[in-house]
Amino acid sequence: MKGELKELKFTVNGEAYELKVKPKTLLVDLLRKELKLTGTKQGCLTSACGACTVIIDGKAVKSCSILALQANGHEVTTIEGVADGDKLHPIQEAFIEHGAVECGFCTPGRVMSAKALLDENPTPTREEIREVMQSNLCADEGYVKYIEAVEIAAKKMQGGS
Amino acid sequence: MIKDFEYFAPKTVEEALSLLSQYKEEAKIIAGGQSLLVVMRQGLLALEYLLDVKGISALDYINYDDGDGLRIGALTTHRAIEKSLIIQRHFKVLSEMERNLATVQTRNWGTIGGNLCHGDPAGDPAPVFIALKAKLKLASLGGERIIDVEEFSKDYLEVALEPDEMLVEIQVPTPPPHTGTAYEKLMVMKGDMGIVGAAVSITLSPGDGVCQDARIALSNAASVPLRAGEAERQLIGKVINDDLLAKAGEVASVEADLTADVHGSAEYRREMVKVFVRRAARRALEEARAE
Repeated sequence: MKGELKELKFTVNGEAYELKVKPKTLLVDLLRKELKLTGTKQGCLTSACGACTVIIDGKAVKSCSILALQANGHEVTTIEGVADGDKLHPIQEAFIEHGAVECGFCTPGRVMSAKALLDENPTPTREEIREVMQSNLCADEGYVKYIEAVEIAAKKMQGGS
Repeated sequence: MIKDFEYFAPKTVEEALSLLSQYKEEAKIIAGGQSLLVVMRQGLLALEYLLDVKGISALDYINYDDGDGLRIGALTTHRAIEKSLIIQRHFKVLSEMERNLATVQTRNWGTIGGNLCHGDPAGDPAPVFIALKAKLKLASLGGERIIDVEEFSKDYLEVALEPDEMLVEIQVPTPPPHTGTAYEKLMVMKGDMGIVGAAVSITLSPGDGVCQDARIALSNAASVPLRAGEAERQLIGKVINDDLLAKAGEVASVEADLTADVHGSAEYRREMVKVFVRRAARRALEEARAE
């Protein structure tokens, strides 16, 4: 039957969920409206801006362009799952310390893109950072401080200062 | 606003094909959905049944051997193609094309088969596959058939799949020696759909450097990915020089069926076809000579 609820079993930030979901529900809507994880932003809804970026099984993806049911059996990480309790992730620290935040709307998506990059490649070149970070649009200032912040975060995560 | 539909997530090709044979035109396949969900959100498509094949892991593979060439499962992600060492070594043009296809997030979830079946003439993979003489394996409960990529697109967002068929594999033959292939597209920003694009493959005969074979395919220059056969004939049988490449570009720009869009007038895009055919052909030629 059209619109019939389907079962969705997946984990979000390490927590297991079993939900009944309308098939047309987008992952971003499920996260924000059902699970109240509003850190993930809904920007353009046309797969252009990257504000809705989350991580599925280690890969950065756009949650506005994935059906919630397609996350069945997968591990989703959102911005809420990045800090360790009250302790910020080195990427978050670097963004704050380096002033890589303007209005903040695109920041959660950028942190997720940076995290997916650094988890896969702990010592990226500046070019590799640029390639990834250009996938998240900023309407304010731009990009240089973000790129530098990711470089700083990479050093922090390597145990440097 | 997306309208309600009934959702199935088949886990095997057989299961997907039997659902397709049951629901035919009323069913639509979603793979990564990176194009389909955009179209659905725009209200351009409402459907009864959605078959989500993204979880069919048997169609996620990249295989290569010198004889058979390259075999890519339809559900392989763009990112996997971009990062594949086999592809970087033997089909560099494919991984270069992928690097400029949308964004990392889109490439992480979107699939090569989904891209081709969406049938957008502005898509990057189809012209590159046409230049590489690739074929597609289509499957239905009745069996399999193989068609050339250039036969696959029928019109804007229309492909040659029967209602009970799905794309399962892309087959790319190993190019002959002394072949170079390149793809260039005009982008405002890296990752954009090309305003126009050109894929060119050139094979030289080893002794005299005469062009033995050439393929030229255009993106976003007609209602389908367009093979520019007349432009190819400007090159075949000749020792290529820069004048000939310019001529090929000019002929291709006449073969193209261009319209104005938000990015430029038909005249501007026609000029850009000339530029980008020549640019891709130069790189293809250099690569063919270096081999």
